Amino acid sequence: MSERYETLAARIEERFDEQVERVDSICGELTYEVNKSALRDVAMALRDEATFGFEVLIDVCGVDYLSYGSDEWTTDSATGTGFSRGVSRREVILDEADTFDPRRFAVVYHLLSVNNNTRLRLRCFTGEDNPPIVPSLVDVWSAADWFEREAFDLYGILFDGHPDLRRILTDYGFIGHPFRKDFPLYGNVEVSYDTDKGRVAYQPVSIEPRTLVPRVIRDDNRYSEDLKDTGNG
Amino acid sequence: MAEIQSYTMNFGPQHPAAHGVLRLVLEMEGEVIQKADPHIGLLHRATEKLAESKPFNQSIGYMDRLDYVSMMANEHGYVLAIEKLLGVEVPIRAQYIRVMFDEITRILNHLMWLGAHGLDIGAMTMFLYCFREREDLMDCYEAVSGTRMHATYYRPGGVYRDLPESMPKYQESKFRSKKEVDRLNEAREGSLLDFIEAFTDKFPACVDEYETLLTDNRIWKQRTVNIAVVSPERAMQLGFSGPMIRGSGIAWDLRKKQPYEVYDQMDFDIPIGVNGDCYDRYLVRVEELRQSNRIIKQCIEWLRANPGPVIADDHKLVPPSRVEMKDDMESLIHHFKLFTEGYSVPVGEAYAAVEHPKGEFGVYIVSDGANKPYRVKIRAPGFAHLSAMSEMVEGHMLADVVAVIGTQDIVFGEVDR
Repeated sequence: MSERYETLAARIEERFDEQVERVDSICGELTYEVNKSALRDVAMALRDEATFGFEVLIDVCGVDYLSYGSDEWTTDSATGTGFSRGVSRREVILDEADTFDPRRFAVVYHLLSVNNNTRLRLRCFTGEDNPPIVPSLVDVWSAADWFEREAFDLYGILFDGHPDLRRILTDYGFIGHPFRKDFPLYGNVEVSYDTDKGRVAYQPVSIEPRTLVPRVIRDDNRYSEDLKDTGNG
Repeated sequence: MAEIQSYTMNFGPQHPAAHGVLRLVLEMEGEVIQKADPHIGLLHRATEKLAESKPFNQSIGYMDRLDYVSMMANEHGYVLAIEKLLGVEVPIRAQYIRVMFDEITRILNHLMWLGAHGLDIGAMTMFLYCFREREDLMDCYEAVSGTRMHATYYRPGGVYRDLPESMPKYQESKFRSKKEVDRLNEAREGSLLDFIEAFTDKFPACVDEYETLLTDNRIWKQRTVNIAVVSPERAMQLGFSGPMIRGSGIAWDLRKKQPYEVYDQMDFDIPIGVNGDCYDRYLVRVEELRQSNRIIKQCIEWLRANPGPVIADDHKLVPPSRVEMKDDMESLIHHFKLFTEGYSVPVGEAYAAVEHPKGEFGVYIVSDGANKPYRVKIRAPGFAHLSAMSEMVEGHMLADVVAVIGTQDIVFGEVDR
């Protein structure tokens, strides 16, 4: 990581102390985890104080960590039943519980300082609340408006203080939050023209979900830090 | 005098000036707009979720379909993010090819924008002029990737193949006479680089033509000067990037400020506006056409002099050649694994941004070490620009909405994703 970023990191840690926690990066980016309660103060300070000067909010996005680190591939038993051999499709988990794993939903903010030419990433976990909720940053950066609406639409994350939190990308009258990991890729409903009713009607989806390429996790030691500097590894 | 009542008007989603499927709900006070509420998402395809269900390489094609008038620039953002996570080195020749095609893409995009923007506010000829030059650039796409639009040419580690030594040629048919075919094929006798060079030689004159038609045109100026003025402070607040932020007078360009590939080797200028109105943004984009042309020329010169590999020599990431594969057991295994499973990317997260023709196009990837991304977020410049629609059209006339849609250079493939 460049010296400029180390200086910035030192300043952030000095200014915010326990409100933020640094996350290691494998590619030289600066990421901080911010406490939900401190998010607004940190954002305000990052925008207004000249040492940081993050005038531009590049992006806000939701992340659902429900199935992080789990794969769909079992190789300890083999069957001869054809294509789907070895694929263990995960059961869909419904979020009917009153509370979530506190590290399930996160909102990730990408900031840019035009004057200092630096970037910064903030991550704020939503905690146990169902529905998940974080404070809105619309009055800090106007650009947050639509990005927060998008995160609400796709992940169901509420933004406390947002002036107009409506769905933005999905259809009028859509049910559910499609980018959550427990929302099936093929969706829940499909539309077709119903000749009896004389209109387009919704019905439960008829497609069987398939896994074309199973998700596998491989520990590739070519990327381990110990081997990287030795040249031919 | 009759009392004027405010009323709500619906604009789109099927409107020729909406540049796609934009629905605007406008609150009008007579002819004057009080508030605009854009309804988007009619072209939402959940690209990000689809990308999460596929191995990394299989989503490159989806990127083309985001902003479908600047295809390779989208691929570039995605490929850069993967490369950042993997930490692979891209061969220098591939970097030059990418820069060259990024700039070709920029010209493609700006020509589309100029033509459509002109058409929207009354300059029909522009559309025909712009599409004349676009055709040649589409042919470059075709020569290098086999397709005119959705190229899938950039790959993690480099580009799919080297620049071809010959150009596809027109053939005589009952619709095209021998004479016309000969004229069209004149520049196609040599390699792709010859063809692009011929284009760069004639292109500045074409830009002059566009400018003759528009820059001092009274009607054009009446429709654009002082329309949708955005101050530099507001431009930053609203998350603007690309020509939109430069039109407001902020010299911010990732190619200069956070150079990727070989942009730091290139000699070019960043045009900026003064007033932040539609006319300034027009001037900025037209100047960018000229600057892109300059960059392409420099790339051609370098590429002629420096042959070399165009993709990383790492068969864990890049498929081996057919010949190798049929000859060598290990290559066969690599080939099989790459096409059935793909490659796994180390655990971590990366955000890579490119100076897309429309602004900052960023891709944020979270990887949990699998052969598929855990989360892909596409930061589309048009999304942030369109969210400022209401602020930009407030107090303007209904007809100016069309000018603002044009000046924002909206393409719904990327706004809706």
